[in-house]
Amino acid sequence: MNQTASPSLFQFALYMADNCLVLGHRLGEWCGHGPVLEQDIAMTNISLDLIGQARLYYQYAAELEGKGRTEDDLAYLRSEREYTNALLVELPNGDFAHTIARQFLFDAWHLPFLKTMLSSPDAGLADIAGKAVKEVTYHLKWSREWVLRLGDGTDESHQRMQTALDEAWMYRLELLMPAPFEQRLIDAGVIAGPDEIRNDWEQTIADTLREATLTTPDDPAVQTGGKTGIHTEHLGHMLADLQYMQRAYPGLEW
Amino acid sequence: MNQQDLESRFQDKIDREVKIEAKDWMPDAYRKTLIRQISQHAHSEVVGMLPEGNWITRAPSLRRKAALLAKVQDEGGHGLYLYAAAETMGVSRDQLLDELHTGKAKYSSIFNYPALSWADMGAIGWLVDGAAIMNQVMLQRTSYGPYSRAMIRICKEESFHQRQGYEILLTLVRGSAEQKAMAQDSLNRWWWPSLMMFGPSDAESTHSAQSMAWKIKRKSNDVLRQAFVDATVPQAQYLGLTIPDPDLKWNEETGHWEFGPIDWDEFWNVVKGNGICNRQRLRDRVNAHEEGAWVRDAALAYAEKKQARKAVVTP
Ligand SMILES: [Fe+2]
Ligand SMILES: [Fe+2]
Repeated sequence: MNQTASPSLFQFALYMADNCLVLGHRLGEWCGHGPVLEQDIAMTNISLDLIGQARLYYQYAAELEGKGRTEDDLAYLRSEREYTNALLVELPNGDFAHTIARQFLFDAWHLPFLKTMLSSPDAGLADIAGKAVKEVTYHLKWSREWVLRLGDGTDESHQRMQTALDEAWMYRLELLMPAPFEQRLIDAGVIAGPDEIRNDWEQTIADTLREATLTTPDDPAVQTGGKTGIHTEHLGHMLADLQYMQRAYPGLEW
Repeated sequence: MNQQDLESRFQDKIDREVKIEAKDWMPDAYRKTLIRQISQHAHSEVVGMLPEGNWITRAPSLRRKAALLAKVQDEGGHGLYLYAAAETMGVSRDQLLDELHTGKAKYSSIFNYPALSWADMGAIGWLVDGAAIMNQVMLQRTSYGPYSRAMIRICKEESFHQRQGYEILLTLVRGSAEQKAMAQDSLNRWWWPSLMMFGPSDAESTHSAQSMAWKIKRKSNDVLRQAFVDATVPQAQYLGLTIPDPDLKWNEETGHWEFGPIDWDEFWNVVKGNGICNRQRLRDRVNAHEEGAWVRDAALAYAEKKQARKAVVTP
């Protein structure tokens, strides 16, 4: 580990990187199969933004670690038990409503969180936030608009959106429940705690669901585990795809 | 003005290199030919997203993953420009998609070949985009204004795609023996289908003569194919790869590379729908469209509700 860098900061950079890569990868699965060409392109845009952000975090993590690992070593050579993304982002695409529910619940957290990260005393994090915040502002605008269109569109789209929301709902809180590495950074004032995000996040969700004529799910279940490497069954399959080349042909340049 | 005057005035404009615009008078056959060609071209961009899309989730590095995604996204964008160009001739995108999905409209046969290895992402960029560029550079000067302008936008991105593909292969041939073999295998599979992309030889081509007179096309299939071979052979040599054609040889007198006979039976077989991926590609497009129907309906219904509410608020 880099002398001055804390292991928690390294873990946090990896956590953010994994979130962005896993969600970016999922959106990339839509490429060529979207419901309409314009939205195919929009999802690829968001995918590209998120993969770009993932690279910034992985590069920063590699630098903090100081052991000569690269962004690709971190993305392609860690097992699913070492991935620490929140469970929400690894959920399969499902129909378009499932993709939108996952995206919206993530964006509703991601944007206010990045806004707090802009003023992090850690220059590396603040710098990444500065680059990402404009992109994520667009992501939230896009996913929110689609929640409205689907929720307040046709009977069928309303039903599908409600179902997707109900199914994603139990994964949303993990984002606001600090892992030990996050808690240490919160205590040190490096990142914001959940209380600084919660109001903004709840407001966005409540306002959007109301305007979309959707019912707020009252499912009390909460799923966690991603941040400690205990994932859904879906992540392993994704990594089998994502890491295939690096695993099949170790140590080569591509 | 009678039909004959209109037609001679039209041809005169073409001869003087004045672009035909959407509102201008044009012969029915010219309009039909263009709708067929532009929509075929648009479909090719969109179906063309599928073979490369097959490797987005498996790209070997983050940089390659992002570059491939961006490339495939560009092709979607090209599809949009071209559908818009076709719409200026009074057909809707829905109509055109319907023709694709029912098998009435064609798309470039090259996309019915499978993308089997990472090296194929290199070969497709280098050869398939490379062959497309030959055609598209010519089409920047096509006589129909909206088509020509769409082509000018598209060409800027295509040359970038070709370089990106070539660079993938360059990395492979400088890598391990396994990587070099992967690159050679890919060239072996994509070389002949790429030559077929230019279409039947001039003697066999049914639409060519009229299209040349109308300056929709400005160079014949065989001329374009030869230009592609001449440009590509030295690039293959630089990569240290062997083009799978025992008859390939440099002709000092003509200044061209001579190449062996093209297997036109294979070409027509794939055009007729019997390639290994024809059914899969079409099924993927039809599924995406059908599964997206409720999304498009929702967007429309929402827009109408919003419009209606606005009308109530501001009488
Ligand atoms: Fe293209
Ligand atoms: Fe291209």
